[in-house]
Amino acid sequence: MFKAFRLMAASLLLVAQFAHAQLTVEITGAGANRIPVAITNFSGEGLLPQALTGIVRSDLERSGLFRLVDPGTTQVPENAAIDLTQWKERGTDALALASILPAPGGRYEVRMRLYDIARQGKPDGMIFVFAPSTVRETGHRIADFIHEKLTGEKGIYSTRIAYVVKSGSRFELKVDDADGQNPRTALRSSEPIISPTWSPDGTRLAYVSFQAKKPIIYVHSLATGAQTVVANFKGSNSAPAWAPDGKKLAVVLTKDSSSQIYTINADGSGLTRVAGSSAIDTEPQFSPDGQYLYFTSDRGGSPQIYRVPAGGGNAERVTFEGSYNVTPRLSPDGKTMAYVSRNNGRFQVTAMDLASRQVQILTDSSRDESPSFAPNGRMILYASEIGGRGVLSAVSVDGRVKQKLSGQAGGDVREPAWGPFNQP
Amino acid sequence: MRNITIQTSIAALSLALLAGCSSTGPEQPAAPTEDRTPSAPTGDTSGSAVNQGQVDSRGMSAEEALMAQLKDPNSPLSKRIIYFDYDSYTIKDSYASLISAHAKFLAANPKMKMLIQGNTDERGSREYNLALGQKRAEAVKRALLLLGVQEAQVESVSLGEEKPRMVGSDEASYAENRRSELLYSGEF
Repeated sequence: MFKAFRLMAASLLLVAQFAHAQLTVEITGAGANRIPVAITNFSGEGLLPQALTGIVRSDLERSGLFRLVDPGTTQVPENAAIDLTQWKERGTDALALASILPAPGGRYEVRMRLYDIARQGKPDGMIFVFAPSTVRETGHRIADFIHEKLTGEKGIYSTRIAYVVKSGSRFELKVDDADGQNPRTALRSSEPIISPTWSPDGTRLAYVSFQAKKPIIYVHSLATGAQTVVANFKGSNSAPAWAPDGKKLAVVLTKDSSSQIYTINADGSGLTRVAGSSAIDTEPQFSPDGQYLYFTSDRGGSPQIYRVPAGGGNAERVTFEGSYNVTPRLSPDGKTMAYVSRNNGRFQVTAMDLASRQVQILTDSSRDESPSFAPNGRMILYASEIGGRGVLSAVSVDGRVKQKLSGQAGGDVREPAWGPFNQP
Repeated sequence: MRNITIQTSIAALSLALLAGCSSTGPEQPAAPTEDRTPSAPTGDTSGSAVNQGQVDSRGMSAEEALMAQLKDPNSPLSKRIIYFDYDSYTIKDSYASLISAHAKFLAANPKMKMLIQGNTDERGSREYNLALGQKRAEAVKRALLLLGVQEAQVESVSLGEEKPRMVGSDEASYAENRRSELLYSGEF
């Protein structure tokens, strides 16, 4: 097992497969300075219906930020006496130990200690009580805890993603864990579903469905499955984007002529036009502070990215290089814009530092679409194509870490959207 | 695997270039401008209305006669697809007579409604393609309105890249998918 881990770390390739897996995650590139971390087998893990240690390890490995150090096969309780010098000699900067204990009501308690050997401080500790049905969630929470303590940024292992799977002529909107191992179907349709996007509180998805033979924008409650129409005007209704307050959406309507950008309340009231020209204006996206709407327009003769004050005003061009720059997506800190650029006929995920306007092409494939930032801003999830089939991939914002999430079942996987930290 | 994808896309790109060259005939439009309208259709736009309520010699109702006219393979009205160049929403001059025939029919039969569905090939952003498909539908709608069709008779919508006529990542498929389709009442 651990021999295998070392092997995979050496080749920078990890395929995490589980019995009920829908998507496998393959790391095809990793950060230059990964933090070495040892996670010993959790003591008492045999009590659980599903192994917990493996979930934590593969979460951290998949991030490309950590390198797993062989901890041996012994289960070490979290309160065991530890010789840190010995662990340091094994090449690890951090050590996690945990115990699983029975808790009242058929539940379990996990107690964990995390030693940051490099910093030699007191260990950090955490205790979770959890139901046996939530082993996966608990693993993700432990990984989030370790990630945050060792890097200072929040982990995204507990967050969810949404995407669309096309199988034959069937379309399914899926909600999944960030590791692609827990897919649930939110909506089935015989017509296309595109542009799913999470409400800031994580309770709803807005998307465009063609179920009524034309594009109409809906908001879908994940708790109840209730689907409500947000915009069904004459012509096409598309490209929903939530305002940071979760009350309004920016949408694209063609009711008055070509595609123009409006804002509308999530209940379909309060329609206000923001930007319009006789050219195409589409793919609006709010800046995280809500001040600007970034969007794609061909008003200058080719599709380029512009921004306009969210309340309306003069549009300002943002991209200048190349003849096709579309799908602006702002990082959570508002400093970076991810988008898709066409370069010699290849469509690639690209990042622009908005302060310096410096541009970096992040992907080396040719059919990349729909970039979506992780809520901590480190990774960008996007749709790609391998062998004529849609797959999801992710790349770190610095371009160093690359992952593929490949569907095992047949079907095109597309239109990914990474959910917020907020979990209902 | 990735190399294969790249090779395929290079092959597709070469095909696209070849196709681009081969179509540099009289049909080739000038630089795309959204305000371009078909130049040919002028003259008689009164059309051949089928009188409502009448039953013709073959015993068809007026409505059936209308539908038969629309489906008659010898009638220009049976031609319902207008193809576009890559990234363009300019209607080529060669479609002038087709559009004129439909305009006459709609003007003569004001109760008839038309849905124009704009479509694109699969390359690029889905949402941008939805907007591009809308432009392709709008271009046809505007041409019809200029020829006397009432605005209330025509709705233009886009299906973007979501409803290809031909599935495939080659220029032949792409060309088949860059289109506006005309649907009449009862067909949508």
